Amino acid sequence: MSGAAVNAPEAQNIFLSNFERLAERRSGKDPSWLRAIRQSAIERFAQLGFPHARMEEWRFTSVAPITKIPFQLAEREDQTVTIDQIRPLMFGEPEGQRLVFVNGHFCPEFSQLSSIPQGMIVTGLEQALERYPDRLESHLARYADIEQQAFAALNTAFIADGAFVYIPPGVVVEAPLHLLFLSTAPGPPLVSHPRNVIIVEPNSRVSIVEDYASVNESPCFTNPVTEVVVKENASIDHYRLVRESLQAFHIATQHTHQGRDARYLSYSLALGGALVRNDIRVVLDGEGSECILNGFYLVKDRQHVDHHTRIDHVTPHSNSREFYKGILDERGRGVFNGRIVVHPGAQKISAHQENKNLLLSKQALVNTNPQLEIHADDVKCSHGATIGQLDADALFYLRTRGIDLEAARQILIYAFARDLISRIEIAPVRTEVERALGAKLPDAPAAESAPIN
Amino acid sequence: MATASDKIQRLVDKEYEYGFVTPIEQEVFPCGLNEEIVRMISAKKNEPEWLTEWRLKAYRYWAELERAGAEPRWANVTYPPIDYQAIRYYAAPKQKKRPRSLDEVDPQLRATYEKLGIPLREQEMLAGVAVDAVFDSVSVATTFKEKLAQLGIIFCSFSEAVQEHPELVRKWLGSVVPYTDNFFAALNSAVFSDGSFVYVPKGVRCPMELSTYFRINAAQTGQFERTLIIADEGSYVSYLEGCTAPMRDENQLHAAVVELIALDDATIKYSTIQNWYPGDEEGKGGIYNFVTKRGKCLGRNSKISWTQVETGSAITWKYPSCILIGDNSVGEFYSVAITNNYQQADTGTKMIHIGKNTRSTIISKGISAGHGQNTYRGLVKITRSADYARNYSQCDSLLLGDQCGAHTFPYIDVQNPTAQMEHEATTSKISEDQLFYCQQRGISAEDAVSMIVNGFCREVIRELPMEFAVEAQKLLGISLEGAVG
Repeated sequence: MSGAAVNAPEAQNIFLSNFERLAERRSGKDPSWLRAIRQSAIERFAQLGFPHARMEEWRFTSVAPITKIPFQLAEREDQTVTIDQIRPLMFGEPEGQRLVFVNGHFCPEFSQLSSIPQGMIVTGLEQALERYPDRLESHLARYADIEQQAFAALNTAFIADGAFVYIPPGVVVEAPLHLLFLSTAPGPPLVSHPRNVIIVEPNSRVSIVEDYASVNESPCFTNPVTEVVVKENASIDHYRLVRESLQAFHIATQHTHQGRDARYLSYSLALGGALVRNDIRVVLDGEGSECILNGFYLVKDRQHVDHHTRIDHVTPHSNSREFYKGILDERGRGVFNGRIVVHPGAQKISAHQENKNLLLSKQALVNTNPQLEIHADDVKCSHGATIGQLDADALFYLRTRGIDLEAARQILIYAFARDLISRIEIAPVRTEVERALGAKLPDAPAAESAPIN
Repeated sequence: MATASDKIQRLVDKEYEYGFVTPIEQEVFPCGLNEEIVRMISAKKNEPEWLTEWRLKAYRYWAELERAGAEPRWANVTYPPIDYQAIRYYAAPKQKKRPRSLDEVDPQLRATYEKLGIPLREQEMLAGVAVDAVFDSVSVATTFKEKLAQLGIIFCSFSEAVQEHPELVRKWLGSVVPYTDNFFAALNSAVFSDGSFVYVPKGVRCPMELSTYFRINAAQTGQFERTLIIADEGSYVSYLEGCTAPMRDENQLHAAVVELIALDDATIKYSTIQNWYPGDEEGKGGIYNFVTKRGKCLGRNSKISWTQVETGSAITWKYPSCILIGDNSVGEFYSVAITNNYQQADTGTKMIHIGKNTRSTIISKGISAGHGQNTYRGLVKITRSADYARNYSQCDSLLLGDQCGAHTFPYIDVQNPTAQMEHEATTSKISEDQLFYCQQRGISAEDAVSMIVNGFCREVIRELPMEFAVEAQKLLGISLEGAVG
């Protein structure tokens, strides 16, 4: 790691002075309600400070490496990316819809939005704040919990840009929307705080891929917050892909609020990053609402990937399913903490959660804490967690068939992940995950697997 | 379902059976805790210098924690702050001297135990269970001592062990739960007054169940007992404990420490039926049961098995654990925890795998009724050295009524790729299909609920020694009277 070592209070001061610069620069532009939110968020962050291992929610994840680097706030002018650097990260869909952000700032020149349905809004948050302030006021920063979560507070203080997606009532958006967030820091280490707001009005449907990637191998810190509102009878498939470099820190907070009969499918796919933390919270606040949280983490080298999910069943008759799988190799460390809370009076709930981990090396480590907190009686809830290695019998069987040990291992590793990967409906995302898995397994049968539709 | 709900309602109204007070002359220390009190307890017991010093060290450590406000607050329970200066740390029935035989024990005391269903004499006659009865702070009687002594087994009160086997006590005391372990363990180390001591020599299989019966009688007293069980190479012992307390409106504190040590090829089976006074329907009164129980499988092929049926106490805070150090050692935890009215339980286990081929099993059944809050909290840790470790955990919760809560917080920490670890948990209410099926066969709703709850707990109950299994089933019935029958 480059950069002079600093300690945590100093790091906090760096963020606070970054804030003053930002507040000064945006003083004339922001609506007053946003200024108030921003100010209270920075005050809260100053009180909370960086989380430490004595806090229950951060027992297994140390953010010390982040506090050791003096990150500077990424400005729009810092960007030096060319289209050639972005092209390999695109999903190759010529007609696809894509927003590109560099260090959290929207870059219309790389983005592509063709034929979006009438009334749908897809734009950068900075523009949206100028053009649709009323639409944003009732949603922006209304969901993410800045009281408890220091990083959400930090992001809220620095709200400047990000993606704003608005789907009007009764619209089905066919093509997936690709939100590509690039981090690059050719000079000093940079921090960005993308803020995304996704609103799906009643009876609409959309697929979104929120994708974080690096352009070069340099230390940078991405601290996004995404707020998703799924209204009555609406549906969203939300894929989150983290494939940043092994120098990148990624701490993300996501908050989804669902209305009656709303459906939410989330895929958290963590393939890259040195330190990745995803806080995913879903509030099922409407009868008949349903959420499916799937996740896959592939951890190697010295990576540390932490998923904290929380599902709140607030109203009766809501369902949740959660399925997370992890493969851990080398000195990788995985953390899974899944909490399901059934609130008092929320009867007729069905909630099931599963976490499966495959440990491939002696140095790999996994902590899994599935948690159920139930305050109603007419419920069916369960969770399960397993940690294991490759099945010796299966390996033996393959070897008796003349398959060498290495190939047999690769087949079994691939098989472990396959049920989850094969359910990814967007072909380029699925290919990307298979490629990452294949990068670990040079001869994995990725090519012939999973027909691409 | 209406009838079943009525039954559940009736269970809530059922009163605590063991809530009487024995009017016995007591010797009590003044309320409050300071170095003087610690010295007084130690002097009362005529303890050697090293033990007094150990207590004082524990006291100073505890006092420092208390000053720092370090009383643990992480458990999923709520209670008003405890005033540690308002508790009496020593209370004992007045006896002229240590009784030589049962005949010398105060008849009042013997009557108390008979009322509790622990007829000391009868049990001595029927070659059944050896009992050490602890009344408030001291052990009043131990049965079957001579017979056990013939085999070289030491089974006596802790104070007696300090006098007669100081070398053993000194070697093992605090080796599993050091006084620095946690707030309540430190408190216990400073003020523990009595408890049971068991030593089973090499190659001896203890021929009978050893048992301790704990009774809180005096008001405003805390009970702080300390149990130490050492199973030498190749030995086997099964130990049971039971507990009750009178009904009082104030909360009483019980902070015990249990240490188990199993050497090569030894097996310890430790069963608890905890039925401290749980408080009344409004949640007034009851025992705070803050207990540290831990076993160390020190030797190869050793085994420690915990079985607990937790029906009493206003608040339970208890995690019987196993540290699996020896290769091939085995840890087991079977638990039924019932919370009714305003009871709160935060209980579970820790299985720490250090040796190779170590195995552990966790079966936990939680039943919540009324406003009860039942939490399973457990840790399975497989360290880097624990090759081929194996764990299976299952935590099921049953909800009776819509005001109660059931929570599961398992922590799983695996650092070895050869480990196999499985965890499962479910929470649900009694299945309407099962109820319907039973009723359709002519079984009343009440009996059906009873059958289903008993079936739900069966995996744990069958781990109990026979004498206790009967008591446990009875207790299930009392705790959930009407719903369970």
